[in-house]
Amino acid sequence: MTTLLEVRDLVKTFGSGEAETRVLRGLNLAMATGELAALLGPSGSGKSTLLTILGTLMHPTSGSHTMLGVDLTTASNPALTEFRNLHIGFVFQFHNLLPDFSALENVIFPTAVREGRETASARARGQELLVRMGLADRVQFPTANLSGGQKQRVAVARALMNRPELVLADEPTGNLDQVSAGQVMDLIAEINRDEGTTFLISTHDEKIAALCQRQIVVGDGLVTG
Amino acid sequence: MIYALKIATRYLTASKAQTALLVFGVAIGVFIFIFMSALIGGLAEFIMARTAGDLAHITIQAEEVDPILLRAPQGQTILLVQETSSQTTAVLKDTAAFIPLIEALPQVTGTSSQINGSGFLKRGAQVTQVSITGLEPGKESVIANLASYITEGTANLGTGDILLGKTLVDDMSLRLGQTVRLESSGGIDALLTISGVYEMGSGGPDRTQAYVSLATARTLFAMPQGVTRVEIKLSDLYAADTIAPRIRALTGLDAKSWTEQAAQLLEALKAQAQTGYILKAFALLTIVIGVASALLLSTYRRRPEIGIMRAMGAGQWFVMVVFVTQGALIGLMGALFGAASGYLVLLAFPARDSFAPGQSGLPIDITQGAYGLAIILTTLGAILASILPARSAARLDPVTAIGQ
Repeated sequence: MTTLLEVRDLVKTFGSGEAETRVLRGLNLAMATGELAALLGPSGSGKSTLLTILGTLMHPTSGSHTMLGVDLTTASNPALTEFRNLHIGFVFQFHNLLPDFSALENVIFPTAVREGRETASARARGQELLVRMGLADRVQFPTANLSGGQKQRVAVARALMNRPELVLADEPTGNLDQVSAGQVMDLIAEINRDEGTTFLISTHDEKIAALCQRQIVVGDGLVTG
Repeated sequence: MIYALKIATRYLTASKAQTALLVFGVAIGVFIFIFMSALIGGLAEFIMARTAGDLAHITIQAEEVDPILLRAPQGQTILLVQETSSQTTAVLKDTAAFIPLIEALPQVTGTSSQINGSGFLKRGAQVTQVSITGLEPGKESVIANLASYITEGTANLGTGDILLGKTLVDDMSLRLGQTVRLESSGGIDALLTISGVYEMGSGGPDRTQAYVSLATARTLFAMPQGVTRVEIKLSDLYAADTIAPRIRALTGLDAKSWTEQAAQLLEALKAQAQTGYILKAFALLTIVIGVASALLLSTYRRRPEIGIMRAMGAGQWFVMVVFVTQGALIGLMGALFGAASGYLVLLAFPARDSFAPGQSGLPIDITQGAYGLAIILTTLGAILASILPARSAARLDPVTAIGQ
């Protein structure tokens, strides 16, 4: 398997002087294409900060970050935005859908924002994803009318819209009941298997972690296992 | 851009009540802008029509003859005091030659050749000093619209007729059709019949002015040829400053624009226009502040969504365009709504024809509503107002925004 991403000696500090907090303390991590990995660790261990940096939403204080052979450590914000749009998908704990838009409009957002309009091909891809998520009858539904599990499945579909190489999921089942959580995880596993999309799932749930091929444990700003 | 427009439109339609309130607020500002434009512009037109409307826009007066040069005996000094006299001695000759040339000029709507002087109106033992103006028959209303001020009789002056102001008629207990004696300053008198009584509403003309026919004035002032003054009326009184030099160049006569005599009036109108600009600027400022504050609130409310958009690959520019487009749409809708409302309300007021002397009307001119300017300035103002909130939205840290 080829290396998808790699971070070396990753350091991230917040604040300065006496208030300085070092969240990541020289973290090293590599992920291969097609991995389904769980990111484990107690609260405050640096999981969310690592996901944020891997998602190009934040620059590290020091260290290197490469993905698909591109050095993202020093890339400009517009370049990171474009990279993020093309290669990274996000699933958040609280789905974070755009409330005034339908399920389909939410799903095709990453493509539409890049192309400047909602193309027919984007709509077809969005519809196909929603069908795959078991939401064929909810395509035009306003997201406000969907259940929590349905919203999270729409969020997964949105993360997959641009066929990204990496999907970062921050507690994707943390806000769902057991049945919905199971449905979402089944979908993630299916897509990982069928399309080879790499998933890094931050979770506190040992059961979810057990479904993943790899468990990455973060503690005190370092990968400890 | 199309997609940003879709997002902006969706945000506006998602909060219909808030958008409607915002558009209504902008519309009120635009309505005030338009109403103020119509009022200030109309008031200026009204004042001009009621003051300069009855004035000659250009006057050609015979130049006074210079006083005789007095040579002082050696060792002595002579003090010469010359009083300004209303008794006209200077005469414009050959008017028949230059009047057609003046009347052929653009914007000249009429000319009035006159003989002016002073005299005494007598009835029995009563004597009142009056200014006498001899007018060409058929041209009585070319300069001051005498016909519109007539309260009794007619404005048409035949030989032996005299038109008097209502105040003068009342003061001397005269009545229409009565015969009066008019004696010029040169001592020549004539018996004339009061053929009309007018009321201009201003003390001077109503109390001290007497109009006679040009032929009668020739007799009274012993002036068989020529006139003392030619008055010219223009279709646009503001063109007087450009037409007067053309007449001077064309005829060699000393043609003077009315503005030379009315500098204070023009200054007052200019000051009034500036007051209007200030009021309109405040109306625009209100719109800008309203749109800016509403959009700031909107960006604050939508911070998590902005964060999500940024995480999904929307650039800062895209977020800016979404919020600036909202500002532009609010401005445009408010401007169109306000302009339409302003126009409809102004339709209820009498047209500007009612500004003319002798007409009754409110000084509001629907044609001076500045509708296009209001729409353009409001839309631009709303766009400017949205730039600050849009910039703050675009600069949001997506991680912080999503966390909210």
